[in-house]
Amino acid sequence: SRPTVMAADSCSWFPALAVGVSLLKCFFISAYRSTDFEVHRNWLAITHSLPVSRWYYENASEWTLDYPPLFAWFEFGLSQVARRFDANMLQVEKLNYAMCPRETAGASDTAVSCVLIGSVLLQVLQVHIHFQYNGFLFGFLLLSVAKHLQVRHLQGALLFALLLNLKHIYLYVAPAYGVYLLRSYCFTQDNKDGSIRWSSFSLLRLLALGAIVTSVCALSFGPFIAMGQLPQVLSRLFPFKRGLCHAYWAPNIWALYNVLDKTLAVLGVRLKLLEEAELPLASMTGGLVQEFEHSVLPSVTPAVTLVCTLLSILPAAASIWLRPRGARGFLRCLLLCALGSFMFGWHVHEKAILIAILPLSILAVESREDAGIFLILTTTGHYSLFPLLFTAPLLPMKVALMLMFSIFSFTALRKLAQGFLLHPLEVIYLLGLVAVAIACEVVFPLSPWQQRLPFLPLLVTSVYCAVGVCYAFLRLYASLLLRREDKPKLL
Amino acid sequence: MQTWSLVSICVLLAIIARWGVSLNSYSAGKPPMFGDYEAQRHWQEVTYNLPIQEYFNTTNNDLNYWGLDYPPLTAYHSWICAYAKTINPEWVELHKSRGYESTQHKLFMRTTLVADLLIYIPAVVLYCLYLTDGSSKKKVSVMFCFLLYPGLILIDYGHFYNGVSLGLALWGILALGLGWDVLGSMAFSLALNYKQMELYHALPFFCYLLGKCIKTGLMGRLFLLVRVGVTVLATFALCWLPFLAEPSQAMQVVRRIFPVARGLFEDKVANTWCSLNTLIKIRSILSGDSQLYLLACTLLAVLPSCIRLLTKPTFWHFKLALVNSSLAFFLFSFQVHEKSILLAAPACLLLNDLPLMALWFLQASTFMLPLFLKDGLLVPYIVTSLGFLFFSIYLLSALDHCSEDKLRLGAYNKLFYWVPKMDLAFIVRWKFYISIAAMVGLSIAAAVLVAPPHLPDLFPVLVSTTAFLHFLGTFIHFNVVQFSEPPSRKSQKKSN
Repeated sequence: SRPTVMAADSCSWFPALAVGVSLLKCFFISAYRSTDFEVHRNWLAITHSLPVSRWYYENASEWTLDYPPLFAWFEFGLSQVARRFDANMLQVEKLNYAMCPRETAGASDTAVSCVLIGSVLLQVLQVHIHFQYNGFLFGFLLLSVAKHLQVRHLQGALLFALLLNLKHIYLYVAPAYGVYLLRSYCFTQDNKDGSIRWSSFSLLRLLALGAIVTSVCALSFGPFIAMGQLPQVLSRLFPFKRGLCHAYWAPNIWALYNVLDKTLAVLGVRLKLLEEAELPLASMTGGLVQEFEHSVLPSVTPAVTLVCTLLSILPAAASIWLRPRGARGFLRCLLLCALGSFMFGWHVHEKAILIAILPLSILAVESREDAGIFLILTTTGHYSLFPLLFTAPLLPMKVALMLMFSIFSFTALRKLAQGFLLHPLEVIYLLGLVAVAIACEVVFPLSPWQQRLPFLPLLVTSVYCAVGVCYAFLRLYASLLLRREDKPKLL
Repeated sequence: MQTWSLVSICVLLAIIARWGVSLNSYSAGKPPMFGDYEAQRHWQEVTYNLPIQEYFNTTNNDLNYWGLDYPPLTAYHSWICAYAKTINPEWVELHKSRGYESTQHKLFMRTTLVADLLIYIPAVVLYCLYLTDGSSKKKVSVMFCFLLYPGLILIDYGHFYNGVSLGLALWGILALGLGWDVLGSMAFSLALNYKQMELYHALPFFCYLLGKCIKTGLMGRLFLLVRVGVTVLATFALCWLPFLAEPSQAMQVVRRIFPVARGLFEDKVANTWCSLNTLIKIRSILSGDSQLYLLACTLLAVLPSCIRLLTKPTFWHFKLALVNSSLAFFLFSFQVHEKSILLAAPACLLLNDLPLMALWFLQASTFMLPLFLKDGLLVPYIVTSLGFLFFSIYLLSALDHCSEDKLRLGAYNKLFYWVPKMDLAFIVRWKFYISIAAMVGLSIAAAVLVAPPHLPDLFPVLVSTTAFLHFLGTFIHFNVVQFSEPPSRKSQKKSN
């Protein structure tokens, strides 16, 4: 009866939570602006003032339109509204113009809100300072997942197709959708032991899915294909000129790889195995997006990352193909695809960890083991976002929000699970985060290394969190592959 | 969920709300005088650079440029804050640093408000956990709403340090509630020495302690009287020590603290005189000497409540008397500033017992829109007011506990026995809805519309008159409540 009790409770406090979160978001209206603000202003201007054929060719500003066309249409729609507020903003030449598209982000966020136990909280902070409409996009993702959980697969597929055309980062999780829908929707029945029954293949369903996906893609890409601009659009969407790691290193495998490379280089020079002059200049740790090479270990190319990502996703996809476990198995696979792409992808942004955390939060309330992994992943994932908000006035805010969210998730999950969720070593690791935080935010700026090694806090944060994220990844995979059935364990 | 985790989440949310508001602008004002922000900075400059004897004098210290006009404890606090000199000496250089503004300095000033957090928030938490009835969930709800009271958040983050004096007064109330009279009187004396506005609360403290003295036996009576008296005198002496060397110095300080040379009221305040002024030009009728009449008026308004407290010195009556006394002073006193309505924050103490009326009043007290518009705090005002209203109604089920018994409307029935019986609770609820609608409407109008040229002060006057009517109504209501029977323990336990 516990899920039903929870459901009843959630119905009563959900409006309160939604109101609270929306009000909190309003506070950030006048907070620090990031370059993303200027990016979106620029896109509003581009879509408003220029004809469609020029959208993906425009490069007056350094931030070109690099989201799929459906998002461009969305910006176009917004610009019609924005015109009433401030027409000046919409001139492409007015770079660095300060306005308030933030309010529109708030409105579209609150239009699509979902029930999750508190994991929207930190996303609030991150989204509204790094202004990227992530709120409503995550809402789409969650709605889509919810539809699948309710066995309304066509609606879920539609929502995901829309989502993919709004922001192509969700390509990360497309394999999960593809395999799941193919296996569980197109094959209407399974054999007794759960293996595939080829005879139950339903062409109708496959065609329905195909129709939905192609129609959405046609809607968004159609005009550009008609104008023959598809290669240009694709080159804008997938800019491989950017470096292996994003400016603030995402805590993934490549962060560890970079550190290893650097350490070996330094050791090599010390032990006189390498000549210092031979090493390429180390600029990978600057706060900007640049290309670089590795000095000791082999350099990593986009192709390599693609192969690694595919390899990491393969077992998960295979697992739900061979032994589908219903919607929960799909959710687990989704999560693993997101996490795998985060771990091995090219130029991954730290925000991408949120795509993995959200599905895990759904799973966390049902299984004790998942709850433990969730706590680790969410704390390290959220902490790795701290360097994104670096101005001094925001420090108390991010610390307070993080503390609040951590206390909330720990106590809520502990109450559900009735017992300790974390191994002592894991607790020590998480407490170590506090030490790292103090060192980076308080001790470091006052120490003499501030001048010589300004990237050190970023490095330490990334590496420390990368350890946590890798650990969570491995444990999640273990739980997927070793699990016998996927009955949600009621706690 | 465990209480401690709920409490910490609420406190963190309150901190986030305060810091979120502080990301907005402060009371900037215009050069060369600027606003309260500059005043605070100037006091740090003065207290750091000049010797104590000159804080309130005109020698090196130009009193016309934001001279100190709060009691000594504020001066000492500014002196401690002036250790900002270690970070950046430019901030407090004598004479040269006037009008200094920078983002770093703004951040520093915000951080000094941590004093507010350290004093006010623990007092609220302890009060709600120990002196409120009900389940722990109810206590945490009360605490959350208390911490979310928008008036204090908005005013303090535009004008400074009201949280410290209110916090100290709250510690005093807490101590008295727990029966620690000496500590309570010491805390309140400190509050008085921090900001003289706390005098609004002085009478209830005095009457409560005096009433307690009278109730106890002969020996206990004398003992209590002596202890409290000595504590108060000692605290005052300690704070005023540097100024007691010469009587003229002390007089100068008193003259600075109570500026009787100013007019009847400034700006548009929601008190009786300003509202009457719209109908009859009172300002010109009453000259500067008529302060005595005003004092008499105020005392007359305060008297019933205090006498009641004297005869029945219980904590319940004490809380009501605090609200009544501060309202009386606000409504009838001399040279009242808009933000003095904050002193009615003790209404938060009544959130548990009379949720609807307390919430209604607190919402009306936040309705200081012209002040916020001047300070550029429109968005925080909307957000915090909405949040407070929503969460109070939701968490405290204010609109559900609307029976006649709950609202203590029984007294009205006795008073107006000649009027046919009506469903008073129903009427009250509808009055609440209408008043909220009126406040919302006026807020939108004031923010969006421009006043017609022949009535330039239209919106401030409308706002202050509306607020005045609310305050008057609340004043009368709480006086009536104080004179009716206190809630019985049994009926309270049943409802929770």
